[in-house]
Amino acid sequence: MTDHKLEIDEVSGVETTGHTWDGIQELNNPLPRWWLYIFYASIVWAIVYMVFMPAIPALPGTGMTNTLGIRGHSDRALVAEDITQLNAQRAEGSAKLLTASLSEIETDMNLQQFALAMGESAFGDNCATCHGAGGRGAKGYPMLADDVWLWDGTLGGIETTLRHGIRHYEDPDTRNNAMPAFGRDGLLTSKEIDNLVQFVLVKSGREGDAAAAGRAAPIFAQQCTSCHGADAKGNRTLGAPNLTDQDWLFGGEPRDIQQTIYNARNAHMPAWQGRLDDATIKALAVYVHSLGGGEK
Amino acid sequence: MTKVTLISSRDPDAPKPERPDSLYEKRHQIYPKLAHGKFRMVKWLVMAGTLGVYYLIPWIRWPRGDGIPDQAVLADFEGEKFYFFFLEIWPQEIYFLGGLLILAALALFLVTSLLGRVWCGYTCPQTVWTDLYIWVERAFEGDRAARMRLDKAPMSLNKALRKGGKHFVWLLIAFLTGGAFILYWHDAPTIARTFFKGDAPLTAYFFAGILTFTTYMLAGTMREQVCTYLCPWPRIQGALTDEHALNVTYRYDRGEPRAPLHKDQGFEGRGDCIDCKQCVQVCPMGIDIRDGAQLECIHCALCIDACDDIMRKVGRPTGLIAYDTDRAVSARAQGGTVKYSLLRPRTILYSILIVLISTLILWGYGAKSTYEFSVLKDRSPPFIRLSDGRVRNGYTLKLVNKSTTTQQVDITVKGLGDAEFEIIGIGTSQPGGGLTVTSEAHGVDRYRMLVTIPAGDEEDRDNLIVEIKDPDTGETIEAGAPFARGDR
Repeated sequence: MTDHKLEIDEVSGVETTGHTWDGIQELNNPLPRWWLYIFYASIVWAIVYMVFMPAIPALPGTGMTNTLGIRGHSDRALVAEDITQLNAQRAEGSAKLLTASLSEIETDMNLQQFALAMGESAFGDNCATCHGAGGRGAKGYPMLADDVWLWDGTLGGIETTLRHGIRHYEDPDTRNNAMPAFGRDGLLTSKEIDNLVQFVLVKSGREGDAAAAGRAAPIFAQQCTSCHGADAKGNRTLGAPNLTDQDWLFGGEPRDIQQTIYNARNAHMPAWQGRLDDATIKALAVYVHSLGGGEK
Repeated sequence: MTKVTLISSRDPDAPKPERPDSLYEKRHQIYPKLAHGKFRMVKWLVMAGTLGVYYLIPWIRWPRGDGIPDQAVLADFEGEKFYFFFLEIWPQEIYFLGGLLILAALALFLVTSLLGRVWCGYTCPQTVWTDLYIWVERAFEGDRAARMRLDKAPMSLNKALRKGGKHFVWLLIAFLTGGAFILYWHDAPTIARTFFKGDAPLTAYFFAGILTFTTYMLAGTMREQVCTYLCPWPRIQGALTDEHALNVTYRYDRGEPRAPLHKDQGFEGRGDCIDCKQCVQVCPMGIDIRDGAQLECIHCALCIDACDDIMRKVGRPTGLIAYDTDRAVSARAQGGTVKYSLLRPRTILYSILIVLISTLILWGYGAKSTYEFSVLKDRSPPFIRLSDGRVRNGYTLKLVNKSTTTQQVDITVKGLGDAEFEIIGIGTSQPGGGLTVTSEAHGVDRYRMLVTIPAGDEEDRDNLIVEIKDPDTGETIEAGAPFARGDR
């Protein structure tokens, strides 16, 4: 404790507060006036804000989450309003889009631009996570811009895939097939699978052990042709991929092919019907179709 | 508990350390007296003209065609275009505005080297609005002497009414100034209507508010301080003016030695200046022109009017203060004369530059293309290998048509050998062939293009060139983009 008497510091000419630590005295420099006024003004502002805007959390049991303020402001309401506005803005184009055929969409430049813009943004939000920006694809997630389609590359086909998904079992119309896990389930021996790998390599025009491939030919005819076809070119109705081209969804290295035959690969895509509205699904189909692989 | 001595035992009577004098000088209120004469008249006319231009130009209509704003002068931010009567400038042509600014600067230089600071004295918005505000002030509070008396008098109903009325009219003018400003950025009749209904964009209210505030502050309360402390131009002026420039000049060769005029005394053996200080009283900058050329002087020539008035009264020739050059004054002081010459290296240089740049702008504007065209390559995927070995790249074409007619244009690609291309919704070209697309009037069209090179194309070609051609005018524009082959 100290006895304080009014002292003026010689050097600065400022009064001291009487506080001292290790011989260092505290000077009584008041806050600048402008700072003080702004401080008071912000207190007034805070009170006004609390009256007008949602501010104070309500007590539990009152049935309210917070005070609402006399302006009735609500961020949720604003978002809802924005969405309503967006839908209203899109209403005309959406209605036209839903009934339009592919050729109508492609020749009506305004409708095409509308569909592409809407599709592009929806693709970025929902699809790009797996299929990549611009539908570039990744291992296990098909590239959408090339001309290889597992199921159907027409506008209608793409729309069906979008609506019902692939192996989305909650949806009875989902695209579905199941390649057996030949190794894991003991349908084929490891040796037979290794031979089949060589067979597929040769079929797709690459270097492989011709003797092994020859030994696998009867196994292929017995086990694989029902889906992949006698010529191994696949079957779109069943979603069976073409084994003779250079496009390998899960990798084309012998090791990848061996894994595919041993364990099978049955990838999933969710059904978007019900999660996205009809117009958005159609716009997405148009967008994917325009990426380059779309079929007539 | 210890008792601590707070202050060292230095001598309380010792002199305090000296503090520097304040660098801040309080403003002295200036009470400019009303001048009468030809320069005052010129200033009234220029004020009417410049204010008229400012307030009326946005209302002029200039039909351009369907769907295009018909306002003669408009900076259309929503439509991303700038309209100035017959000129129409798109964002990518903003350099034309740069050219106009350079022209304006050069014109200012030329006028300055010929006539001194006429910009400051007559046409600068700060001068015009300050003059208008002083006029209002005079209407409410009277001329110089009355205003000085009123300011000294204690507050009364009369004083409150006069001051209040003045500030009200000032604010009104300030609001009209800020309000007129936003007319340049929106369709004037529409924004004028929506502004008062509360439907105008927030930016309109914001800028109207800012301009109202600055007009009120700069013309009402800051006045000459803007010219002296804020404006860079008086400093630049120092580099532009020279002994040849016509400036408002006190002709000391004639005026000195100055002395008050006593009755029954002639002008023998003395100068013409009778030290009546009329030139000081009318000065809106609060300076004495007899001190010579000064940074503060805006060369408004009101002191010429005031002095001429006095010279007529005392029976001496007018023009003791007049537009004159330093060169002429010093020549006369030594008994000689010089003629004012318009043609000097400086004025000739500015004139040549002005002609040169105007020609460049006009030529550039005349030769500018009807179309602008760009080709943007898809970043993802960088390339697409098709099942038959062909390689494809996706592009977005952006085609700008600045004319007011919708036109069919031909598109061809070059640089990739036998590449074929497809435009979504238009069709697929034959190798070496082209496609025709629509370029909408006064708008931007986007097309999606896919370019595919044949399988086994090993040529070292990785640049796509797309050409558009207007078949009617033969105008062609090329744009390029890389082509990713995926093999390297």
